[in-house]
Amino acid sequence: MPSSLLWFIPLLPFAGFLINGTLGRRLPRAVVGAVALLFTALPAGIVAWLWMTMRAGGAPDVIQVVSRPFGYEWIAITGFHVDFAFTVDHLTLIMLGVVTGVGFLIHLYSVGYMAHEEGYWRFFAYLNLFMFFMSVLVLAESFLLLFVGWEGVGLASYLLIGFYFKKSSAVNAGKKAFIVNRIGDFGFLLAMFLLVAHFGSLSFTQVFAAIAQHPEWQGARFLTAIALLLVLGAAGKSAQIPLYVWLPDAMEGPTPVSALIHAATMVTAGIYMVARAHVLFDRAPAALAVVAIIGAATAIFAASIGMVQHDIKRVLAYSTISQLGYMFLACGVGAYAAGIFHLLTHAFFKALLFLAAGSVIHALSGEQDMRRMGGLRTRIPITFWTMSAGVLAIAGIWPFAGFFSKDEILYRTFTSPNPLHLILWLVGLLTAGMTSFYMFRLWFKTFFGEPHSEEDGSLDHLGAAVHARSTSTLTLEAERGEGQAASSHGVHESPWIMLFPLVILAILSTIGGWVGIPAALGGHNEIEHFLDPVFQNRAAAEAVAAAGSNSLELTLAIVSLLTAAVGFYFAYLFYYRKPGTAAEFASRFKSAYGLLENKYWVDEIYHSFLVTPLLMFTRGILELVFERGVVNGSSRASGLATRGLSWFARKQISGNIRSYAGWLAIGAAIVLAAMIFGRSLWVYL
Amino acid sequence: MVPTAYYLVLAAMLFSIGIAAFLIKRNVITIFISIELMLNAVNLTFVAFAHMWHQVSGQIFVFFVMVVAAAEAAVGLAIIIAIFRTRQTLNVDEIDLMKS
Repeated sequence: MPSSLLWFIPLLPFAGFLINGTLGRRLPRAVVGAVALLFTALPAGIVAWLWMTMRAGGAPDVIQVVSRPFGYEWIAITGFHVDFAFTVDHLTLIMLGVVTGVGFLIHLYSVGYMAHEEGYWRFFAYLNLFMFFMSVLVLAESFLLLFVGWEGVGLASYLLIGFYFKKSSAVNAGKKAFIVNRIGDFGFLLAMFLLVAHFGSLSFTQVFAAIAQHPEWQGARFLTAIALLLVLGAAGKSAQIPLYVWLPDAMEGPTPVSALIHAATMVTAGIYMVARAHVLFDRAPAALAVVAIIGAATAIFAASIGMVQHDIKRVLAYSTISQLGYMFLACGVGAYAAGIFHLLTHAFFKALLFLAAGSVIHALSGEQDMRRMGGLRTRIPITFWTMSAGVLAIAGIWPFAGFFSKDEILYRTFTSPNPLHLILWLVGLLTAGMTSFYMFRLWFKTFFGEPHSEEDGSLDHLGAAVHARSTSTLTLEAERGEGQAASSHGVHESPWIMLFPLVILAILSTIGGWVGIPAALGGHNEIEHFLDPVFQNRAAAEAVAAAGSNSLELTLAIVSLLTAAVGFYFAYLFYYRKPGTAAEFASRFKSAYGLLENKYWVDEIYHSFLVTPLLMFTRGILELVFERGVVNGSSRASGLATRGLSWFARKQISGNIRSYAGWLAIGAAIVLAAMIFGRSLWVYL
Repeated sequence: MVPTAYYLVLAAMLFSIGIAAFLIKRNVITIFISIELMLNAVNLTFVAFAHMWHQVSGQIFVFFVMVVAAAEAAVGLAIIIAIFRTRQTLNVDEIDLMKS
């Protein structure tokens, strides 16, 4: 089979990026959209073909391709070689499926969503660039190539968060995302240096083979150090404590970007990396415990903030952080397959939720504050029904996708040998209840109750929204000429090109979990068996089998379902049955509510304890002493010296012929003297 | 027979007078003459050495110098005439347009 086709999975989106990036400004919108769609549809086709070939009987578990143009390696230094190589195994297949499949659907949606935006070509160029780097990331066969993709998606994310570059909040959010990610990347880089120092290689195959050959390295200090540094990188990219702060701000980007990059694909890169390096992590139990604790803490922390946010996209952003925490937790207890399973279902339902939220925002002409939504159920029915599927999925209601993956994680946490497993499980369970609460809160506030959006002037007298409305959709209104009519904020359903991806994702969110129905519920947990060749965690599976049983799993599933139901009930009570209850609660527990609403003041703490001292150091010491003293001083000194010399030289060129003659004579005398005495003088010296 | 050193001393004196005049004098024509003086001092040296070593190459050099000096005199005098026509002076201190 022509495995060279693998190269085209990243190269085609890159070609799309080049075409749209260079010529897009002059091309009509239809062509720009068609190019972007074509160059993401083709890789999706290749991936589909890859699925079929690798699922076929007798197919190899791993395919590798290496690029050595004219026989040259990518990097070859004495004792250290890195190849430009791609690898495909079952883990990569799942990631590729998510990236290209969900990516294509979101491209399709964007064609409708961005139809009236300025910078249409720029948007699709960046989006294709993202697809290129993301495919490189998941296909990479070495830590170094993975890092190339890792940095590249960070770049694309930065560009797309700051897409509305005239809005300073968007620009700042982009910078924040980039800088916070750099902190994580620093850890990743150090981990790579350590890998080179200890293994002399960055290739997955070689490093993992070396680890497998040395059973005595169990818990070795350098392995733990490498793993912990990798965790720092993963925490940056996957928005985990303490580096999660960039993700809520990243919602400044256009909604399809939030769906693709900041929910479905890029932020899961950290989990993918931990799963990919599972051989290393399995040997560093301390690092794994850290992963589990970070994951559980992030899950409950973000969920608690999500419960009181008013901006629809912020709620989803915190829920993304929380769900990523679940995936971290899964990896931390060694249930990599469960983590990847949740990654898969999360990609479906979170992309769906973001796209549906985009559709709601679109319908309300840029409104993002849930306090001004309501009663949209009948106005935008398709958005409502599809979003309902997403809400049910993330809340973990049987038989939607989220139920199975979340349950698998909770079950594996409960049965894991980790000494903290009960606490972690309890935290996970609590988070599940909170997730259910805030998602149904969003659902009730948006789609039920009184329609707030059309109250006379309510849009303005509520004052400044949490966010400035995106200017984009306002232009859209103006262009359609609906701005001045009586139905000035006429709620309208989105065009079909936006609804089609919603419907597909809703179907996937409903049935997507069925690939992992556990044996306790009469399934075969196919996804775990599918991933078996990658994770080979027979020991872990046996431990689970010893600790757990079907009845235990069933009990836990019922418990988590009940928790979700409790969350639903509270949301129902607070936001549907007695809408005033929530405000009453908020005023009774004012301090707790304030703490949550202000996101535990983490941004402020970071600002006063990290950013401000750093700024003082830069401005006080670096700028005053180094910048002005050393840099400016040295350049000024050299400038002055040049000026002085040239002043002297200029004075000699007086135009006075006799002075020229004098110089000529002196010069001739010097040459003569050098010729006569020079040699002897030289010898003498 | 006169020793070679005499010729050389004479040539050195002529050359020094040439240089001194070249540096001190303000009139372009005088400067020009002093250059000729220096050239001829060199010529004298050449001839003296040619005579001393009984070699003809020194004399041939002298011919070359004379040819070049003649050409230079033609060009130089033309320049001097052109300068005088435009500026009505031959004082080099007043001809200072070449300054930067």
